[in-house]
Amino acid sequence: MINRIFAIMLVLSVIFGAASGNMGQVCDAALNSCVEAVDLFLYLLGGMCMWGGLMRIAEKAGITDMLSELFKPLLKHIFKELDLNGMAFRAICMNITANLLGLGNAATPLGLEAMRRLEQEEHPGGTTSRNMIMFIVLNTASITLIPTTAASLRIRHGSAAPMEILPCVLFTSACALAAGLISAAALDNISKRRKPK
Amino acid sequence: MSTYVIPVFIGLIMVIGLIKKVDVFGEFADGAKDSIGAAFEILPALIALMTAIGMFKASGGLDMLSTLVSPLTDMLGFPRECIPLALIRPISGSGALAVFETILTEVSPDSYAGRVASVIIGSTETTFYTIAVYYGITKVRNTRHAIASSLTADFTGFILSALTVRLFLH
Repeated sequence: MINRIFAIMLVLSVIFGAASGNMGQVCDAALNSCVEAVDLFLYLLGGMCMWGGLMRIAEKAGITDMLSELFKPLLKHIFKELDLNGMAFRAICMNITANLLGLGNAATPLGLEAMRRLEQEEHPGGTTSRNMIMFIVLNTASITLIPTTAASLRIRHGSAAPMEILPCVLFTSACALAAGLISAAALDNISKRRKPK
Repeated sequence: MSTYVIPVFIGLIMVIGLIKKVDVFGEFADGAKDSIGAAFEILPALIALMTAIGMFKASGGLDMLSTLVSPLTDMLGFPRECIPLALIRPISGSGALAVFETILTEVSPDSYAGRVASVIIGSTETTFYTIAVYYGITKVRNTRHAIASSLTADFTGFILSALTVRLFLH
C-alpha cells in the first residue's frame, strides 16, 4: 500500500506542478525535503534515547511486571474463554503495559509473542479468532499515556505549553479504544448469529 | 498541572529504580543505545515520505485533496489542515510524522489545527502496519472484522481529537 502511495504522490506532484506552474517549488521540495527529514530525525533522536533509557530502568526495576499484574483484572473481561494462566494472556498483559509506557521497542516483540501463543492455544486455522481481533484493536488504538513525540515536536515549533494536549489525548485514546472494542464485539456477535456453529 | 506529569514520572522511575537496586546509569545508557538503532531504522522511510509529501504539497496536490474531503470534515468541525494527517495516519507512522511536521511549520502548535494535529499524533496508531505485522507471524489469512474495528477506533479518534480540543482548550 505504502508503495503505491509513495509512487503516486511523486508522479502526481510532477503532473500538478507542471499544470499549476508551481514547478519551481516542487523542485525546491525535491532538493530540500530530505534535508528536513534528517533535521527532524536529529531533533527526535535525543528524546527517543532519553525515553528509551528511562523506560529501560522502569523495565529492569519491575515496573512493567507490576503494572501488568494491575491490568490483568481489567483485561480478562476483554478476552473471553482464554486461559488466564496461559502464556498468551501473560504476553498480552506485558504488551499492553509496554504500549501504555510508550515502550515501542518492547511492545512489538511481546505483541508478536502474544499472537503466536494465541494461535497455539486457540487453533484458529486460517481465520482469525475473536481474541486475536480484540488484541489487534488494543494495539491499533494508541494507548500510550505520555505523548512524547507530539510534545517534542510542539516544543520544536515554539509551543507555549507542549503538554497541554494531555487531557485531550487521554480522553480521545480511551474513547477510540472503547469504540474499537465495542465494534469488534458487536461485529463478532453478528457474524456468529449468521453462521451458527 | 500538566507540567508536573513528566518531571514527576521521571523522578518516580528513578526512586523505584534505586529501591530495586537497578544499575540506573548503565541501564539508561543501554536503553538509549537501543533507541538509536530504532531511530535509524525509520530514517530511510522518513526521508522518502518527507520528500514525497514535500513535493506533493508544493505542487498544490495536498490542498486539492483536502478541498475534496473538506465538505465532510467541515460538517464535523475537523480542521482542513489536519485532513492529510488523518489520511496517512493509519497507513504509515513515518508518513504521519512527516505530515505533522509540515502542519506545524504552517500553523502554530498552539492554534486550533496545531492542537488537533498533536492530539491525533498522540492518540492514534499505524493501523495497517500493525495488522500486517501481527497477523503476518500467524497462519491467519482471513482477518474478518479486524480492519473494520481498528478503523472505527481511528475514526472515533479523529473526530474526538477535534471535539476535545474545542471543549478542553478553546
